[in-house]
Amino acid sequence: MTACRTWSFPGGLALDGHKAVSTREPVAAAPVPPLLVLPLQQHIGNPAVPVVEAGQRVARGQVLARADEYVSAPVHAPSSGTVAAIEERPVPHPSGLAAPCIVIETDGEDRPHPDCRPLPDYEALDPSALRNVIREAGIVGLGGAGFPTFIKLNPGPDHAVDTLILNGAECEPWITCDDMLMRERPREIIEGLKIMRHALRARRCLIGVEDNKPEALAALEGALEADERDIIRVCPVPTRYPAGGEKQLILALTGKAVPSQKLPVEVGIVCHNVGTAAAVYRAIHRGEPLVSRLVTVTGPAMERPRNLEVRVGTPVSDLLALAGARTTDITELVMGGPMMGFELASDAVPVIKTTNCILGLDHDPHRQAAPVRPCIRCGECARVCPAKLLPQELYWFARARDMDKVQDFHLFDCIECGCCAYVCPSHIPLVQYYRFAKTQIWAQEKERRKADLARRRHEFRLQRLEREKREKEERQRRKKELLKKARGGDEAAKQAAIQAALERVKARREQQHARARNVEPRTEAQRKALAEAEERRRRLAGDGGESDDDAV
Amino acid sequence: MRFEPRHSSPHLAPAGNVGRLMFAVVAALVPGTAAAAWFFGPGVLVNMAWCAATALAAEAAVLGLRHRPVRPALADGSALVTALLLGLALPPLVPWWLPVTGTAFAVIVAKHLYGGLGYNPFNPAMAGYALLLVSFPREMVAWLPPGDGGLDLAAVLHYSLAGTLPPGATLDALTQATPLDTLRTQIGLGRPVAEAMASRPDLFARVGGVGWAWINGLFLLGGLWLLWRRIAAWQIPAAMLGTLGLLALGFWLLDPARYAPPLFHLFSGAAMLGAFFIATDPVTASTTPRGRLVYGAGIGALMYVIRTWGGYPDGVAFAVLLMNMAVPTIDHYTRPRVFGEEQGR
Ligand code: SF4
Ligand code: SF4
Repeated sequence: MTACRTWSFPGGLALDGHKAVSTREPVAAAPVPPLLVLPLQQHIGNPAVPVVEAGQRVARGQVLARADEYVSAPVHAPSSGTVAAIEERPVPHPSGLAAPCIVIETDGEDRPHPDCRPLPDYEALDPSALRNVIREAGIVGLGGAGFPTFIKLNPGPDHAVDTLILNGAECEPWITCDDMLMRERPREIIEGLKIMRHALRARRCLIGVEDNKPEALAALEGALEADERDIIRVCPVPTRYPAGGEKQLILALTGKAVPSQKLPVEVGIVCHNVGTAAAVYRAIHRGEPLVSRLVTVTGPAMERPRNLEVRVGTPVSDLLALAGARTTDITELVMGGPMMGFELASDAVPVIKTTNCILGLDHDPHRQAAPVRPCIRCGECARVCPAKLLPQELYWFARARDMDKVQDFHLFDCIECGCCAYVCPSHIPLVQYYRFAKTQIWAQEKERRKADLARRRHEFRLQRLEREKREKEERQRRKKELLKKARGGDEAAKQAAIQAALERVKARREQQHARARNVEPRTEAQRKALAEAEERRRRLAGDGGESDDDAV
Repeated sequence: MRFEPRHSSPHLAPAGNVGRLMFAVVAALVPGTAAAAWFFGPGVLVNMAWCAATALAAEAAVLGLRHRPVRPALADGSALVTALLLGLALPPLVPWWLPVTGTAFAVIVAKHLYGGLGYNPFNPAMAGYALLLVSFPREMVAWLPPGDGGLDLAAVLHYSLAGTLPPGATLDALTQATPLDTLRTQIGLGRPVAEAMASRPDLFARVGGVGWAWINGLFLLGGLWLLWRRIAAWQIPAAMLGTLGLLALGFWLLDPARYAPPLFHLFSGAAMLGAFFIATDPVTASTTPRGRLVYGAGIGALMYVIRTWGGYPDGVAFAVLLMNMAVPTIDHYTRPRVFGEEQGR
């Protein structure tokens, strides 16, 4: 193994890993439950749109809901059975609210859908066709964020990709699903990586793994074939939370700092999770859409912490049972890791595509006895912030609801890693304030855009009224002239003129009516084009909307 | 099964708390305090006790009036630290109302009238000290000679409460100016530094004042422990002592007869106490890493200026208060560049 050079990123924490407890036994498949609950939104972007109806029989891998517009992902049936309902169900989301889901009653046959066919000669496909296959397989980032993968495989015409990085850092304590995947299925990851490389036309690939996972590093290294070693390198990175943050890992592996508020592709880098690479492999080489994933079920409240291969839609309670959870001991049930995950209100919610870990924490007297105190400006939070922000100032302005100032202090560079809140001696839930501020700002943006639209509509209407008034005056003037002329002639001519005027009015009215009919229901194509334009605008605003604040 | 989400991420037990920080500071004060009590008698401890009792009572009273929970505030130890620092800065033989007035002002006005912990712009202990220095200059510069002045605890308590000394003793006979004060006066009279120091072996030791060098050395030790525990930011003491030392060195090299040597400055008065314990009060100091260097350097420079050319023998309190005022500006101009922010923007 040639040693990889690594760079260190600012801030961060040395945390207890608690990883060994859940890597003691190999990954086992969790049984398919009688009911699978599939939220229509398991990813960033628009919820998928159902294409099945209640009562319909479905097979494993069949599309249940299609992607809606560009930023979206389809949802597939994780097993065969019957669609029992399409209805609101509690979903895993910090808000604890319910959202539309497709519920499948499984039949135990696990019959695959005939459309699921492998595509081993993917190299013959051009990148855009390949991306489409990946899109249709419903693959989203499995590292936690759930951004549709095909979009991140599309660097766009303006960017060449030099380096494709696979993120196997898995820096959060307790989580080991990527570790186990790398240990047990390194070839799937490498094959997936090669497919991604083809789509991106990347020059070289790096797989970054924290050096607390020697087994995974050895497995990947051992699985590399001789001819792959020129383009793919497996690189240990020092264990330090959050080494798996996208920008932190890129810095650690390449020494390049992705510019504030920009995407990694700006510096010629694209970063995907190792689990996503394995999912891409399965979609291409086995024709399997994303219907299952590895989930770590762990924590002090589990008798048997372990990793399970779980069908998407399986209730969390099933996993707790498989890990021997002492449910009554659980004081906090977290989906995701302890640093960035969120608490679940119920174990009835399903596992979704982005669920990497179910963490059962038991009673912790420290937390109970930790009252929030005022900020003493000790600056600890700034010392550990990997984004080099000033969390205490962000907190101050977020609390004062000064949304301009909070953006001046680069709120949108905050990756919500939680380092600041972890070290804060005053126990201020800092990240909660940042999320709140972000949500507020997004809401304001939306309102503003709506208001802009309304204002424009209002202006259009005023213009139209003005124009119509002028047209009406013009018509009346002409009518009067006509009548005046007619009065001069004989009665027959007058009648004829009146008749003609009436006819003109009737024709015009008919014409107007027809036009109105044409305007109202837009064609499907028009609607889609409009929606796409709107989506692009939204993304633009989301990605670069703060640029005018940077200048300060 | 249902659960009750209460916490936002992170879901780990917090790494520390304010109370633990403050008690670590108290622990770090112990060696220097012991030295001060050794050289200047039990009055040091009596003052600190007066200050601590006043601070806790004032804190509880104000929080009670503001309808805020009292217990966590007392438990966080911040009022106690304020009190101990003020107590340590006072002369060892003073009437009880001096520490009580100073501490009450520090806690009630300098801390709570500005909004309480975390909101006060001025270091409460130094605000209290400055008030006393301005209002009671005579009491505030009368120190006992090193070597306890022959008063035992009973005599000190008696003086503190009743204001009377044992028969035959007078305050003027017992007390004298500090080495810093003495040297300043002597230089003002045109005497060369070396001669002034040599003429008072009871006051001046090889590095600092007699006793004072020990006290400063032990506060330095406690301070270094705080840095090692990462409880105080290293930038402030480093910049403050560095600036004070370099300025002293420069002037001393220029004219050793008129300027005290750098080690004398570093090991006299409240130099070490100020650098490690007073200037590092997080609430009133700059919070950015570069800002802390500026802040510390500013205090060191002001301290040297006040000691050398100003009207007061020691400058820690005024230097800290002046730099407190500059903190918002310093913080504004020393914001760190965020991750990935382009150079030179
Ligand atoms: S760590 Fe907490 S108390 Fe310290 S500056 Fe940051 S927010 Fe304030
Ligand atoms: S949560 Fe945000 S502000 Fe806090 S340490 Fe992480 S990046 Fe910095």
